[in-house]
Amino acid sequence: MNEVEWVRVLSSIVLQATPLMIAVCGETITERAGIVNLSLDGTMLLSAMIGFIAGLLTGSVWLGFLAAALIGGLFASILAFSTIRLRKDQFAVGFVLTLLGEELSAFLGQNYTRIPGESVRHWGIPILKDIPVIGPIFFDHDPVVYFAFVLVGLTWWWIFRTKPGLKLRSAGDRPETGFARGVNIQRLRYLYTIVGGALVGIAGAAYSLDIKLGWSEGHTRGLGWIALAIVIFGGWSPIRGALGALLFGASKALATVLQRRFPEVSVVAFNALPWVLMITVLTLVGSDVSERLILFAPRRFQSRLRHILRVRPPAALGKPFSPSSSGES
Amino acid sequence: MTGRAWLRRLWPLAPVLGALVITSGLLLLFGVSPFEGFGALLQGAFGTEAKVLSVAAFWVPLTLAAAGLVVAFTAGLWNIGVEGQIVMGAVASSWLALRFDAPRPILLVAEILVAMAAGALWAGVVAIFKTRGGVHEIFGGLALNNIAIIFTNYLISGPWQPPEGGTFRGTVPFPEKALFPLLGVSRLSPLSIALTLGALAAVYFILRGTYWGLKLDALGRNPKSAFLLGVSSEREMILAMMFCGALAGLGGSVRVLSWFDSLRQSISGGIGFLALLVVMLALFRVVLVPFVAFFFSAVLSGSISLQLRTQLHSSLGGILTSVMVLLVLLFGDYRQLGIFGSRGGKALADE
Repeated sequence: MNEVEWVRVLSSIVLQATPLMIAVCGETITERAGIVNLSLDGTMLLSAMIGFIAGLLTGSVWLGFLAAALIGGLFASILAFSTIRLRKDQFAVGFVLTLLGEELSAFLGQNYTRIPGESVRHWGIPILKDIPVIGPIFFDHDPVVYFAFVLVGLTWWWIFRTKPGLKLRSAGDRPETGFARGVNIQRLRYLYTIVGGALVGIAGAAYSLDIKLGWSEGHTRGLGWIALAIVIFGGWSPIRGALGALLFGASKALATVLQRRFPEVSVVAFNALPWVLMITVLTLVGSDVSERLILFAPRRFQSRLRHILRVRPPAALGKPFSPSSSGES
Repeated sequence: MTGRAWLRRLWPLAPVLGALVITSGLLLLFGVSPFEGFGALLQGAFGTEAKVLSVAAFWVPLTLAAAGLVVAFTAGLWNIGVEGQIVMGAVASSWLALRFDAPRPILLVAEILVAMAAGALWAGVVAIFKTRGGVHEIFGGLALNNIAIIFTNYLISGPWQPPEGGTFRGTVPFPEKALFPLLGVSRLSPLSIALTLGALAAVYFILRGTYWGLKLDALGRNPKSAFLLGVSSEREMILAMMFCGALAGLGGSVRVLSWFDSLRQSISGGIGFLALLVVMLALFRVVLVPFVAFFFSAVLSGSISLQLRTQLHSSLGGILTSVMVLLVLLFGDYRQLGIFGSRGGKALADE
């Protein structure tokens, strides 16, 4: 491959990773607050469908994104209500919402499959897009791509560098402590679950209005689960999560290249790649295997390697919190 | 009985009513009267004897997978991988049916056993990734689901491709003696009904009457204290998953050997995910599983007829069932709502 082809491949990886980056940011915020929103796959399907239809009917992609964000927030608020107020199993509710979202998207979108609709217009950033190599890779896309990158930075800054971010992390790590210091844990959990859901909705619409144009049944199936796995791989940090999304995009691009190079290997073998990658990567960051590998490294690199390889979930992730009982004990 | 007590009695019907109202709304949105819609659905499920038999035939693998899931849930495990375990069971049975020759009874027993082994193995992989690799069973299961489906597609388009070539649909039909004996022209086999009833009884007995069942229950309620009491959490988790996988694999065997007569592209078609919903609606109790599974089976078979009759997408049946499960999950416990007096509310706060 020559330079032009390389640049084209890298640029397409950035484009393909965009919706995943947005979804990963949303779920990272939610999980940092201590709630697991397992419904990503269904929410993305539903919002991709709603976003596409809203864009088509209003003639504006931005209204499409708005509708998608609203439906994402609505779905997340069902989850928030049932897990925070009713203290139900987050996995159970999230899983049912996943299936419901998928069925609803198939039913409500049945008359809008495989038709042309609105799409986000290409808009290269002046001057920046003319920088050699970097320009075409990062700055010659459309506003949704730039939004994703800004969002990643902003989310990271919000979580790790601001006071509200500290409160957010306390809700997911040590809600009792936050509560004792006057943080309204339940309200924060509601807020960040709904905001996270809205971002996931935007991610769904980013597929149907920008990256994978149009709507068909099961349009984004599987990608929500990939996003959930990337959140773990990303160690609940938006920047690492974004890297994970880019790596995932790269692995798909690599599969396409390999497929062209080795046509005798069955197509299906390459389809399995993302899933094999998912399970391998999760084992690497979550198990003792990586710890053992780290111990082989020279001592002075060990702590740095551990920082890169191991991840730790928010301590109170998935655990309901009730102010009254913790106040008494 | 006071009015309030009556309300409590009737409360379990509220989610059913709620789900009917919501799906009626969807029908109206698409210009179909709910009476016509649900009429078509009922007709599609129970209209003729053949349709009833078809509902029963669909019920078999669904109930098998759901019965296995009750065991996994008791141990506190979210076996989303059940879908892949059904697929691998189907693949294993197909392998014997395509490649081996033996007298019918021996062949059938071998097909069933190898399917259960394959399902158990596929579930065991998920369990080992969980206990040794720190990968949550939801992610391990999902990855293995997709790999199993991709593997099936590979087999159908590659080594097991029909000789006439290029269809991406399925293998050649298996020889008659490799298939389950069927009732008349239906796709229901007395053999699979017997196996399903046996599986239900086994799960009931294990959870009610054995030490293993007690250990799983302890594990599911509180893994840490179960460990302190000497329950090897790793061993029991792997075994519970493999038990569930074996029943799911059996379900896969039923799919290829009686519902179809060959290995198809979407051999399970989401039965595993449906089974998870069944178990939730059955409140994780095995005695309710066969009835809930029958209800699901009827609704889903009916919604296919609904699609033929009204041109509406058959996902309406899925919406009906998942809304119902959601409502039961959320509001099934009336004590929590505080609308029928405060006694129950207090009991809940004490939990």
